[in-house]
Amino acid sequence: MLALKAENISKQYRLGEVGTGTLSHDLNRFWHKMRGKEDPYLKVGEANDRTSKGNSDYVWSLRDINFEIEQGDAVGIIGRNGAGKSTLLKLLSKVTKPTTGKIYTHGRIASLLEVGTGFHPEMTGRENVFLNGAILGMTRKEIKRKFDEIVDFSGVERYIDTPVKRYSSGMYVRLAFAVAAHLESEILIVDEVLAVGDADFQKKCLNKMSDVTKGEGRTILFVSHNMAAIKTLCTKGVLLDTGKVVYQGNIDETVLRYLGSNNSYNTNHFIYENIKNEFFKLEEITLKNSSKSMNEPLDENETIEFITNFILDTDQPERYHITYHLKNDYGEALFSFYNTDIKFNKGNNSLICTFPKKFFQSGNYYLSFFLVEDKSKSIIMENDIVSFSVVDGNREIGVYMGREPGFIRPEFNWELQ
Amino acid sequence: MNEPQQKWTETIEADHSLFDIKLKEVWRYKDLIYMFVKRDFISSFKQTILGPIWFFINPIFTTITYLIIFGRFAKLPTDGAPGVIFYLAGVTLWNYFSGALLGTSATFTGNSNIFGKVYFPRLVTPISIVISNLMRLSVQFLLFLIVWAYYVINHEISPNWWVLATPFLLVLMALFALGMGMIFSALTTKYKDLSMLLAFGITLYMYATPVIYPVSMLPGYFKSLAKFNPLTGIFECFKYGWLGVGDFSPAMLIASTVIILILLVVGVVTFNKVEKTFMDTV
Repeated sequence: MLALKAENISKQYRLGEVGTGTLSHDLNRFWHKMRGKEDPYLKVGEANDRTSKGNSDYVWSLRDINFEIEQGDAVGIIGRNGAGKSTLLKLLSKVTKPTTGKIYTHGRIASLLEVGTGFHPEMTGRENVFLNGAILGMTRKEIKRKFDEIVDFSGVERYIDTPVKRYSSGMYVRLAFAVAAHLESEILIVDEVLAVGDADFQKKCLNKMSDVTKGEGRTILFVSHNMAAIKTLCTKGVLLDTGKVVYQGNIDETVLRYLGSNNSYNTNHFIYENIKNEFFKLEEITLKNSSKSMNEPLDENETIEFITNFILDTDQPERYHITYHLKNDYGEALFSFYNTDIKFNKGNNSLICTFPKKFFQSGNYYLSFFLVEDKSKSIIMENDIVSFSVVDGNREIGVYMGREPGFIRPEFNWELQ
Repeated sequence: MNEPQQKWTETIEADHSLFDIKLKEVWRYKDLIYMFVKRDFISSFKQTILGPIWFFINPIFTTITYLIIFGRFAKLPTDGAPGVIFYLAGVTLWNYFSGALLGTSATFTGNSNIFGKVYFPRLVTPISIVISNLMRLSVQFLLFLIVWAYYVINHEISPNWWVLATPFLLVLMALFALGMGMIFSALTTKYKDLSMLLAFGITLYMYATPVIYPVSMLPGYFKSLAKFNPLTGIFECFKYGWLGVGDFSPAMLIASTVIILILLVVGVVTFNKVEKTFMDTV
């Protein structure tokens, strides 16, 4: 049974200042309509690429989108900024209508594009629960029935009869989310609302949402830039790029494709021509998760193999070793590592260094290369010859979903005495 | 997939009928109307010392001002009714109408932050604004009743059975404000010029309506022109019933009703057309 089906939906937006020339366009449209012709402005328009300046006044924020969502699925909608995620959610939540196409739904849709929509600062928490609930489509009776649960979930019981303008921003968000979390709808649409609130509350929200899909069998559409949260919560994914559905399938595959399409990530395979001297030549460097190919993003939760292939054409290969410096995004050196206890062979060498799992925090890293002679003299130095990204892996639900501070997360030995 | 058994409860599509106004859905959201009215009431008077007393202060001072300027200085006639009750009647009705019209005409521009984030039948907002103003009117009407009772007891005015038409008049004004307000709110989403027009237009409109003068004082040509103003019939009927003065004929009221109903239909249709896409233009 499908909960939702989108058929050829498109959404066109007009660029530039709305208001200048709108009347003339409106008249032109009307003139075409009178003569039974098509809207002349629907034929023009370009894909929504923000970086390049187009020559049309109209852009297609979404173009011919088709997808189906099964009842009870948790679907993550993924895409870069400007891919059309928010537009899609707006169409689904009926905030604005599509330019063309149809969306069929089965069941009540509740959308949570923002927490606390319509909260009035002068009204008390209690009054706002009723107001916000009503805006989201609940009846007074429903809210009354769930009121205690909502207040309990929000944890602001003591302040419930205080105007919300006196609330801290955290309390405000908690109360607002609590109302939304208790919506009784068959389909729930959630935009990037988890970005607010502290770790504790994030956890609570994610748990609640996973209860909603797993326990109550409702359908969830979830948009976030937090891949860890998406992978944890969703089972399926839809990948959007410049207004089109690029991929639809299980969530892991969707996330991989998303990361693969990202400009900052190409492949973890590097080939070199010019890093050499009379007897040494660096051929290639590869990074990969042990169980995966080098064409997939590096998962923080798995061991990472770092492979250096080079040719050493000398009779005394044991005199040399390789040192790497690892740097972060800001160019700060984090540490250096080397292989002084391994003797190289004459000819081809393939040097493998294995980083334990859960060693890196997700982020971007750079490596500088040094060929060292007699453990004292660097004879080749190359800065930043490798850049790689480590991405969020799957996390257990209830675990903090943000990025932890720092760059590495070594596992120490802990004991209790 | 078991496509044949697939049932859809709703379809969102590009084109829809102009007359598909979903009144059933509005009814389902009646609790929201109630909450909006409550919000308006609370937000008007939170942190004021006098609170709802402000409801009384406005008509009292306006009446006094009119009494001095139009009654004393300009010496406009009042069809023989005492000035105080004549102006108070006009002010009470006019406040109600202008409040409702200005409120509803800002529906889209004033609520775009909510409308942009969540769906509910947009018609809920103008309806709740009109109801809020009706609440305010009922308080101000109390003031009117007290003053009116004073004059009745002193036999200075002689009301008649047209008093009973009052609820109908109020509903008619509500529908008029709703219709006009929806037309303005729908058009201002694209053409902001109209909000400028309305801002001073409503003041001018007051002078085109028998608020501070009776229709009977108008010269012949203007008198027939005034009949095209739907408010003329309503105001004259009200004053005729409660104060027993004025130039009132049931035909005027029928004309008003017809004009208002036409405007209401136009309003609902334009509003309905705009509500689906206004987020893109507002």
